[in-house]
Amino acid sequence: MSEEKESIETTEKQASADKKPAATKEVDLPAFEKGIADKIVAKFGEKTKVAFVKPDRVRINVDKEDVHAVAEFIRDELNFDHAESVSGVDYPQDKEIEVVYHLGSYTDASLARQVLVLATRAPREENPIPGNDGTKLPSLRDIFYSVEFFEREVFEMLGVYFNGHPDNRRLLLPEDWADLPPLRKDFAIKGR
Amino acid sequence: MTAELPPGLALQKVDERIMTLNVGPQHPGSGHMRIIVQIDGDYIVACDPDPGYVHRGEEKMAEYRNYITNIPHLERPVIHDSCNILYPYVLGVEELLGIEVPERAKYIRVIASELNRCIYTMYWLAIYGIFLGHSTMFMWPAGDRELLIDLMEKMSGARVTHAHFVPGGVRNDLPPNFEDVCLRQVNYFEKRIKEYAAIFYDNPILIARTEKTGILSRQDAIRLGTTGSVLRASGVDYDLRKKEPYDVYDELDFQTNVLKEGDSYARSKVPWLDMMESCRIIRHALEKMPKSGSVRVKLKPNPKGGDDSVYKRVESGRGSLGCYIVSDKKPEPYRVKLSVGSFRNLIALPYLLKGEKLGNMPSVYWSLNYWPVEADR
Repeated sequence: MSEEKESIETTEKQASADKKPAATKEVDLPAFEKGIADKIVAKFGEKTKVAFVKPDRVRINVDKEDVHAVAEFIRDELNFDHAESVSGVDYPQDKEIEVVYHLGSYTDASLARQVLVLATRAPREENPIPGNDGTKLPSLRDIFYSVEFFEREVFEMLGVYFNGHPDNRRLLLPEDWADLPPLRKDFAIKGR
Repeated sequence: MTAELPPGLALQKVDERIMTLNVGPQHPGSGHMRIIVQIDGDYIVACDPDPGYVHRGEEKMAEYRNYITNIPHLERPVIHDSCNILYPYVLGVEELLGIEVPERAKYIRVIASELNRCIYTMYWLAIYGIFLGHSTMFMWPAGDRELLIDLMEKMSGARVTHAHFVPGGVRNDLPPNFEDVCLRQVNYFEKRIKEYAAIFYDNPILIARTEKTGILSRQDAIRLGTTGSVLRASGVDYDLRKKEPYDVYDELDFQTNVLKEGDSYARSKVPWLDMMESCRIIRHALEKMPKSGSVRVKLKPNPKGGDDSVYKRVESGRGSLGCYIVSDKKPEPYRVKLSVGSFRNLIALPYLLKGEKLGNMPSVYWSLNYWPVEADR
């Protein structure tokens, strides 16, 4: 890591150059994305927090108690019909594990470019016992069928148990894996 | 003794009529994965795919390397389609760092990405052919694929695992005379793949084996969140190159291929039709590409992103390929998630095999355009 010092000045001046062509091209698009965010906020008010509205991407943060209801609203009223991706992100300093759903739509042509990001957080245990500790979230599998394998992956990789998921078994890890869930930050790669 | 076995290995109660078969992971017909099928006579009553035999922890490794050194290992899940699997990562890093890519590099990327799509599809087609017992269909694509591999070798220096895309453009400019050679090879390639119709796609034996097997309806294709050729074979017109064009795809002339049947035959035909569109895209891109200019923006060493996250997706040989990058102002990404087409299409397998004959399993399984190594990451 001898390059560490040189990297202190990052490529910030390029950041301003990037914004210009995007802004001229999509001058009225963020209004559409804002409309999506506004509909959710109008329905759920304080329970949802709009983290960002970017061209084609809207991110909504919700508490785990509300994620099921918000997801149902997103499917029924906003026409998002499938999950593109479900990722778990570990935040040891916040003592939380975040689960991020990226939702898309095949049926509504106006939403073809859009990805709605729905994020929620589960409490994180210092000594996890996957499936038998407080790290639990409601499953969205009954709303978006396509999250089935993704949620299984999040369970084995971060130890987040999904209540209501019909099949909370391991998917990619070996059956006899007995270590920490490997995508947690406290699982260290040997030699690093 | 049985009580201490882990859940996956525990003995199950056996119905007299039902037999459980483990297909794979050593079986060549399953790829690097296991499919646990339960059969009643000749018919499959339940199927449980068990991937993970080639899980290499790409996402974990990405958290320990900086944005540039992540490039060579992130393409490993699909070495024949390495440009496409790097594409969303590179686009994401460019957005995080705020880099504008030179015009010529965008065209080179599109050409490389389409060449890779064909290289991957030919490999898949060869496997699909041999598992249906059609050995000519193994030899022809495996041979014709070399035409395009030679082009990629000229462009990047490597036959597979090119590591050619970097944030800010591509690693090297095209070699002299590349345009002419590329045009000649691609034209010949297109002529060759049209001949596949006579030996494969119009072959009554293939049609008898694949038509009306493993039918995925339009509603189910949407509900299961399938992507790529599986989705388009079920009548949903969704191709990210058209719907959310990245780089210069919106300036190029091509169409998407959609079939309505949703059976194994349609699923095996869409990638082949897509290859012809790829040839069109490459020709058009060669024509429109700026003849000179820079192909790469020079980055500072160890670039850092802001406190931000980005989700980018591209259309790969197996469908939508998304990359979610979380940055926390460090030279290494905080989290990289690859959402790959193979993993998303796998969910359709248990659904399609239910009620199917065991003998149809290879044709249904390989028609999903599934690449086990990519699904496991």
